[in-house]
Amino acid sequence: MKQKGRLYFAIFVVLVFGVGWLQSWNVAFGILNMCLISAIMALGVNIQWGYAGLFNAGIMGFIALGGLSAVLISAKPVSEAWSTGGLDILGSLIISGMTVLVILHVRKKIAPPLRIWIIIAVSLIGYWLFQGLYSPAVEQIEKINPALTGYLGGLGLPIIVSWLIGGLVAAGGAWLIGRISLGLRADYLAIATLGISEIIIAIIKYEEWLTRGVKNVTGLPRPVPYEVDLIETRWFASLAEIFSANPVAMASLLVKLCYFILFLGVLAILMWLSERALKSPWGRMMRAIRDNRDAASAMGKDVTGRHLQTFVLGCAVCGIAGAMLVTLDGQLVPGSYAPLRYTFLIWVMVILGGSGNNWGSVLGGCIIWFIWIQAEPLGYALVEAVTLPFEDSYWLKHHLIENAAQTRLILMGAILLVVMRFAPKGLIPER
Amino acid sequence: MSGGYGTGPDIIHDCDLMVEAGEIAVVVGPNGAGKSTAMKGIFGMIQLRAGKVFFNNRDITALPPSDRVLEGMAFVPQNNNVFPSMSVEENLEMGAFIRTDDISSTITRVLELFPILQDKRKQMAGELSGGQRQQVAIGRALMTEPKLLMLDEPTAGVAPIVMQDLFQCIQDITASGVAVLMVEQNARQALAIADRGFVLVQGRNRFTDQGKTLLANPEVQRSFLGG
Amino acid sequence: MDFLNAIALFCNFVLVPATAYGAQLALGALGITVIYSILRFANFAHGELMSWGAMLTLFLTWYLQSAGIHAGPLPTALLALPVGILGTIAMALATERIVYRFYRKQRASSITFAIVSVGVMFVMAGLIRFMIGPGEQVMTDGHRFLIRAVEFKHMTGLDEGFAIKTTQVITIAVAMVMTGFLFWFLYRTRSGKAMRAFSDNEDLALLSGINPDRIVAIAWILAAILATVSGTLYGLDKSYKPFVFMQLLLPIFAAAIVGGIGQPVGAILGGFVIAYSEVLLTYAYRKFLAYLVPGDWVPEGLLQLLSTDYKFAVSFIILVVVLLIRPTGIIRGKLL
Repeated sequence: MKQKGRLYFAIFVVLVFGVGWLQSWNVAFGILNMCLISAIMALGVNIQWGYAGLFNAGIMGFIALGGLSAVLISAKPVSEAWSTGGLDILGSLIISGMTVLVILHVRKKIAPPLRIWIIIAVSLIGYWLFQGLYSPAVEQIEKINPALTGYLGGLGLPIIVSWLIGGLVAAGGAWLIGRISLGLRADYLAIATLGISEIIIAIIKYEEWLTRGVKNVTGLPRPVPYEVDLIETRWFASLAEIFSANPVAMASLLVKLCYFILFLGVLAILMWLSERALKSPWGRMMRAIRDNRDAASAMGKDVTGRHLQTFVLGCAVCGIAGAMLVTLDGQLVPGSYAPLRYTFLIWVMVILGGSGNNWGSVLGGCIIWFIWIQAEPLGYALVEAVTLPFEDSYWLKHHLIENAAQTRLILMGAILLVVMRFAPKGLIPER
Repeated sequence: MSGGYGTGPDIIHDCDLMVEAGEIAVVVGPNGAGKSTAMKGIFGMIQLRAGKVFFNNRDITALPPSDRVLEGMAFVPQNNNVFPSMSVEENLEMGAFIRTDDISSTITRVLELFPILQDKRKQMAGELSGGQRQQVAIGRALMTEPKLLMLDEPTAGVAPIVMQDLFQCIQDITASGVAVLMVEQNARQALAIADRGFVLVQGRNRFTDQGKTLLANPEVQRSFLGG
Repeated sequence: MDFLNAIALFCNFVLVPATAYGAQLALGALGITVIYSILRFANFAHGELMSWGAMLTLFLTWYLQSAGIHAGPLPTALLALPVGILGTIAMALATERIVYRFYRKQRASSITFAIVSVGVMFVMAGLIRFMIGPGEQVMTDGHRFLIRAVEFKHMTGLDEGFAIKTTQVITIAVAMVMTGFLFWFLYRTRSGKAMRAFSDNEDLALLSGINPDRIVAIAWILAAILATVSGTLYGLDKSYKPFVFMQLLLPIFAAAIVGGIGQPVGAILGGFVIAYSEVLLTYAYRKFLAYLVPGDWVPEGLLQLLSTDYKFAVSFIILVVVLLIRPTGIIRGKLL
């Protein structure tokens, strides 16, 4: 089995090399970097699905939380915004937190007939206080230089820090949603996560004081050198001379290579941790719970508690990947988060790679991302070939070619269905 | 018959059961003896590894359960034997699902057999008491006007007084020429009304005789009837 | 007079739109519930099935319009709807035959089914976007309004207009006919009763000679009819956008669970609970209140509990509250 896995990875490397030769090394490394991020996302989902059998339909939300953290950590703080509305915003957030705490307390301490009214009263008062601080503050913050900032900004720390923080933030969100929906059966978790992810995206899209919303945050600082700076250094110029390459293309390639090394490092660390976890007594217990929940629970295992652990861990990994994604792009584009791309595509990766096998998920992440990118031109080629007999002016031909890119969705669905049907264990099955 | 569940080990070994028209045959035995499995084997709900099932002198071993219903067999499982969110009347209608002719006379007959159900025709089966639910279950099975009625522990979870009523009803059913094959935990009372009795132990026939003879058999008494 | 104005305002912006939206959600949730109660899985492809049905209806509508056939004051799409339904039934039965039947015979777990439905969702989403493109399309034509705001003002002399769109009336009327048909089918016909029996107790239904393949086929046919109708009504009322249907998945699932999954009545109830809450919580009450209380009592601000951007959050919050307090839903449904 191991050899089969190596063979698949070898095929993938050959494919990437092929792109390097035929298209360009820049494209190849661009794909490769996204493959690594996809692999990390798939790894996170595999921790949930493969270790514990949890169906998370809200991966997108946790990836976006990671992306949000990248902005909040690395963007330059807008001091004017902080001084006008920052404290009020913080205050309003504290108030809403307190309100929830008070409600939880009331739920525990007060008997039913009165309880519901007290809860309603508390939430109304809390809401009123919250609005009093929040709305004016938001209005003021968004007024400050809206074309450039109009938000609080971040902490101005190195963006790499956000990879860790992104994981923690996603873990926090996962803990909340897991507490609510994990005690129930599996499909509820799927629907609850589907919901929370839509809400997270809505917050990132519409809370302009936090993320600038659809105006996007661009120009986030990089953890690696900028191309323009590279070109100006002497050692780089001499390097370019040695390879007798175009300095601009080479700088771009070198930057991508830096990212590649960073991402590979993160993947390696996460892989090492995941493999250790899987082989530890904890991992064995998780699989025992997955395979026979009732028996494990009868043996005194805290099934819901263990599930919560894995769910939080998996989401944290997705959050890390989300922060890395924003780092690579250098910008947060809230409008780009779509469930097909950021939730269900990851599922295709995990299912194809092999549920329960970390190497499988990495492989699935790499291969599916590669196909996802290459299927677009292929789709065009295919549709153009099919519609060749028609006149160029024929409306249907025009229409079909215009939408040819969408065929890759069909391909992804077909891959998922075929794997589920004929090789449900995936390319690299669980040992 | 020999067989078991899926690819697991055989639960019943060379088990032999039979019943004639108008008779009551009772299968008794300790827990885990394979009584229910034997019933499922006869009804085609598990794969038999060896042996054959005959009905009206016809080999039906290969028929799926739904075809056996068409042949005139009916089965009342031990648990989940009614449609809880459907009314009593609808339960009966569903029992007659494979019939295409008029079923009103059969409904009348079943309701005559179980008069309590007459008043509860419109009530959900899931809201009835245990005994009434068993009556609905048996009534549902009778709706195909079967020649063989198979009951898996019809008195499980039923109050003792109601149990007597149920046994009385079962005797009434056989009076019209239907053969009844049932598995029972309450061995003493069941054997008392049985024309034939089978004692199963670990999936094999231990004793086979008339119900009354078995009741009188000291060894059966000692081992299976609690002295 | 002010009181009447307030009522008119409320009807115009809350009651009528929410009722129409609720009817659309209820029909969608019924489709989810039908599949759940027979095949026992959460069908993630249902949104795309709605989209598929609406798309087919839209194609035929365009054809009819180009052929000069119109339904008078009604939208042409209503004429196209039956054919759209047939095409969607074909699609649903094809997925059952090609995809789901295999897992059914294996008695696969509900999670396996759900993941497979994700695959179906991908394929359908791709097909739809390939065929009609990802852009927005207008579905409705004919008379846009049954009562215009201006006419209403003239008629009543009120300051507030109360408009009723033709599509809103059609939505509510069609939804009522559909649910009437569904309940008649489930409670009065042999096949419908067999379906309920199958949902209630699958093993006993098999013992009674009910053919599971037939029941499953009927379930898919019902789901396809409901999906096409709800998708088309939504498209008529708002507009047709392929990606909207994936966002609708959340309120529809929430409606099915909140009402009690597997319970048709619950699905309808859940649909309206979600729709009314969504509209009530995101409506700005300032103007409404201004009619009812003396001028200087009206507070500043919009008096909006939640920005409309967060309307999806409403269904989620209701879902979470129900999961916490009463996981079986309003009408005790089968726990997923």
